[in-house]
Amino acid sequence: MERIPILKMGDFLLVTIQVDLYDQLAENLESDLINTINKYSSKGVLIDISAVSIIDSFMGRILGNIAVMSKIMDAQTVVVGMQPAVAITLVELGLSLNGVISALNVEKGMDLLRAKMYNGDNQEQTYDDDNE
Amino acid sequence: MQNNVLSSLKEHENKLLTIWSQLLLENGSTDGITEEEESKEFTSLLLDALRISNGNNQESEEFEKVHDLLIGISSSRAKRGFSPRENAQYLISFKEAASQILSELERDPVKLYDANLILGSVIDNMTIMTFEAYMKGREDVISRQIDEISEISTPVIRVWDGVVALPIIGTLDSSRTQVVMENLLQQIVDTGSSIAILDISGVPAVDSLVAQHLIKTVSATRLMGAECIISGIRPEIAQTVVHLGIDLTGIITKASLASALQTAFDMLQLTVVKRK
Repeated sequence: MERIPILKMGDFLLVTIQVDLYDQLAENLESDLINTINKYSSKGVLIDISAVSIIDSFMGRILGNIAVMSKIMDAQTVVVGMQPAVAITLVELGLSLNGVISALNVEKGMDLLRAKMYNGDNQEQTYDDDNE
Repeated sequence: MQNNVLSSLKEHENKLLTIWSQLLLENGSTDGITEEEESKEFTSLLLDALRISNGNNQESEEFEKVHDLLIGISSSRAKRGFSPRENAQYLISFKEAASQILSELERDPVKLYDANLILGSVIDNMTIMTFEAYMKGREDVISRQIDEISEISTPVIRVWDGVVALPIIGTLDSSRTQVVMENLLQQIVDTGSSIAILDISGVPAVDSLVAQHLIKTVSATRLMGAECIISGIRPEIAQTVVHLGIDLTGIITKASLASALQTAFDMLQLTVVKRK
């Protein structure tokens, strides 16, 4: 069965979604991801959706679920590389994905995760450009 | 028999043309030189059509030609800024000129009446057509202008490395919000900016709909992973927003673009210092 690879990078997990998600695949990703977080006791999850051109309300909910679930397991979720069209669609659907932190690209997402981890900063912020 | 009269108009084409342009000049519904060629062609085609079909069959091929020419003339007149009255006057003057000649040619009142009736129906039909073409011409102008306005009024400016600003001038409606949002998000991706400043000092009024559009834009920017600051909140806007009970608490709002930029610098952990 088709699966989305989950890569471990130190304390973080990296998920790059290269195909358009369908419902079953998304549900599998959700459970796989949570199990992997448990296995490695990861501190952060980075989901790259730059190649995803369609996100419907179900997918939006799955993303929200992943964020909340990982938060409970003490891992931060950052969604990176959302396409403008996808962002507009989500907003038009009324899904502003509260609780999901976004970043422009993988690099900024990583910086954001690191900053959150080492500063113990739980405040939600989507900007982060410090080069410390 | 009356047909003979209408057909014989062709022989008096030049005279008709002279009277007509005279009338047009009196009405002031022509700009002279450019019209002359068109009028000449129109007269010639119409008189041919009248001669061949005797005004009985307005669907005929000859009339088609006249109609096509007329539609072209009307829409070009619309674009040149003629008023509806001037446009209608154009054909009505033709009828007047033609009637004048008809009354000189035909002495029998009954025949003259019949000829005028046919001429009237032909010209009236064409007047309606002219008007439709005129309206269409105007609508084309308007829709082109709408496109132009929405294109030019949403520039995204890169004010600093990692900061883009978008000054919004004019009312924000749904279609403009869409354009604004798309432009902004695309620029954020292209420049990799993490902060976007939305300046609404050029927006005349903020009602609940406009506010909703702003909130949507901010949410979309956040989803992309950038922060959005709304600047240019004038006192009146602040008042309306509060009176309407719009919740802007989740959004960073600043009074001026300068303070928004300052906030952006703070977020990026930059400081601007005076050189000694």
